[in-house]
Amino acid sequence: MFIGYFTERPYQDPKSGYFGATGKSIMDLNVSNEIYDAELGASLYNRYLDEKIYAEEMGFDGLMLNEHHSTPFCMGGAMNVEASILARITNRAKIVLLGNILPLWDDPLWLVEQLSMIDMISHGRLVSGWVRGTGRESVAHNIEPHYNWERFKEAHELIVKAWTTPGPFRWEGKHFHFRHVNPWVRPYQKPHPPIWLPGVVSRDSLVWAAEQRIPYIMLATEMEPTKQAFQIYHDTAAELGYESGPQNIGYLWKVHVDETEELAEETGRKYVQGPSNPFLAGNEGTTNQALLHLPGLTSRRRVLPTTSVATAARGGSAGPGGVLSRPYEQQVNDYTIISGTPDSVIPKIRHVLETIRPGSIFFWDGDGAMTHDDAMRSLRLMGQEVLPAVREMAKELDLPGPFEVDPASGQPYEAQTYTAQPAEVTADD
Amino acid sequence: MTTGTQAWTEQTVEAAGVQLQMVTGGSGAPLLILHDEFGHHGQLRYHEALARDFSLYIPSHPGFGATERQEWVMNMRDLAGWYLEALDDLDLGPVNLMGFSLGGWLAAEMASMSPDLFQKLVLVAPAGIRPPTGEIFDLFLVVAEEFLTVGFHDPGTAPEYRQVCPEEPSAELAEAWAVAREEACRLSWRPYMHSLGLPHLVHRLKRVPTQIIWGQQDNIVPVSAGQTYHESIPGSRLDIFDSCGHRPELEKTDEFVALVREFLSS
Repeated sequence: MFIGYFTERPYQDPKSGYFGATGKSIMDLNVSNEIYDAELGASLYNRYLDEKIYAEEMGFDGLMLNEHHSTPFCMGGAMNVEASILARITNRAKIVLLGNILPLWDDPLWLVEQLSMIDMISHGRLVSGWVRGTGRESVAHNIEPHYNWERFKEAHELIVKAWTTPGPFRWEGKHFHFRHVNPWVRPYQKPHPPIWLPGVVSRDSLVWAAEQRIPYIMLATEMEPTKQAFQIYHDTAAELGYESGPQNIGYLWKVHVDETEELAEETGRKYVQGPSNPFLAGNEGTTNQALLHLPGLTSRRRVLPTTSVATAARGGSAGPGGVLSRPYEQQVNDYTIISGTPDSVIPKIRHVLETIRPGSIFFWDGDGAMTHDDAMRSLRLMGQEVLPAVREMAKELDLPGPFEVDPASGQPYEAQTYTAQPAEVTADD
Repeated sequence: MTTGTQAWTEQTVEAAGVQLQMVTGGSGAPLLILHDEFGHHGQLRYHEALARDFSLYIPSHPGFGATERQEWVMNMRDLAGWYLEALDDLDLGPVNLMGFSLGGWLAAEMASMSPDLFQKLVLVAPAGIRPPTGEIFDLFLVVAEEFLTVGFHDPGTAPEYRQVCPEEPSAELAEAWAVAREEACRLSWRPYMHSLGLPHLVHRLKRVPTQIIWGQQDNIVPVSAGQTYHESIPGSRLDIFDSCGHRPELEKTDEFVALVREFLSS
């Protein structure tokens, strides 16, 4: 089993009066950056990096980052910058990017170079995920939503070719045109860093992942539809003549661990409080229906069973006025939030693993209104008690991760293919 | 199909390799009407009035209504090029041409490319030119109902407002809007609703009598773009209705029809 740590890195500014339960009604893309506080921004960026260092120290296999644009709920507008820093200040964990928003890059060759550099500096610890991005991203970078999927696929092909085929060569595509492809830096990992695909909505993307035989990571969806969506992956793999398994699928959800049940309850509620992702279930952000239905962004017909859940979680089928309506209690009941002491959390995690059978999991913590102390307490207890128990569980349940069993072949790696070497300098230096 | 007193025919005709959905009706000199970013809204009062003096041809552009999208069409100039061959195939030229909003932009592109195919040109609040002051309203950041409503200066007094934008759109209409918005998006995303070359290219319309019509309170395409069109097309006429938004044909129907009839008949 591969276990990763994730925070969306919210811009936490309680005094702004924005976000979630703290007051002002907001709508996606309508929050002006005039409220941005430089000191606060600087300290939050450093806080989130510090927490990643500690997560590695506590035994996580992967440090996951994501990217959103023009929004306060995710400060990682240029995730590769954070990844570059992690490449140098950590030395063991994979740097899992879920992911770069592929259609946004008018110049994917620049992405080729950035990711190769991260892979080099980290001595081969990069996991390079792609996403298609939401309507917000298309608008924020003014990229044609109707070509989202075409640009995604063409950029992927170009990047893989640039990583694997010695240059120079020419690329004359529909959306990308390069007369001289020969990036000097090449990836550390051979043939190239693993590519993973996270998502929630598009059936095209999930089937594409199965065709590529790469891991698909479901993001914070409810269990039953998640299971159904994964079955589509497994069925597609079977049609293609290979056997997929836990190594092909991953699941991200909210897990917080604390010292007492009281503290866990109080802190767990912060997922949906304060300056958090205002578009998550239980919060009070107002979604922009036009953004949710940007023309041509995803097929209006070929969607996954998780779509209704995803759109509910992100406000799609929210209540009157688009205000979200899935309260904390309900999320606790359906296991999309697990918060408690190690003793109460471990059996719940087991239930999730038994139901979905993922080979990769990501604990989403330290979010919403959670403070640095909240995040650090949880990380410590995860390292001390939860991760060892989950690793035992994964062995017992036979849930190999994508670095134990090759997702493309279903065969165990004979020797460790992805050998991480320690960086020369760590954060302590 | 019958609306009001005028008989209308809806059919599919083959043109330039595409099965083109087309509404026709009326009698007199042919008048080709290019619909806006939402597709053909059905026959309205101004259609009825113009059909008394002209034979109206109202196609649904590829990607709108029942006309299939052409994947290779990546911008307005591509679409305009396709349309010129369609006119050849339909043996429609030389013809009077009238375009609304996005369809006005299309009309300006077509007529600039092939002025000899057109007798007279009517541009009604066309997109296509970056307004020197103000910005073209972002269609893709609001839902369809909001965009349609913003297009009226005073929707409360426009008799056909609810016909174009029903309070409860049917599933068919909602789907048609979604399809239309997607094609409009493909034609106009970047640069948004304009082409930097168009003000220069329309100079060629000096050979085509051109009538430009705008609403002073147009919240979709600012009236300043109308001035630029007017200054860029030698000999063009610009008429601006006061107390009128993006849809003079619906907010000032009688005046609009009189103006168009007079211009096309003169």
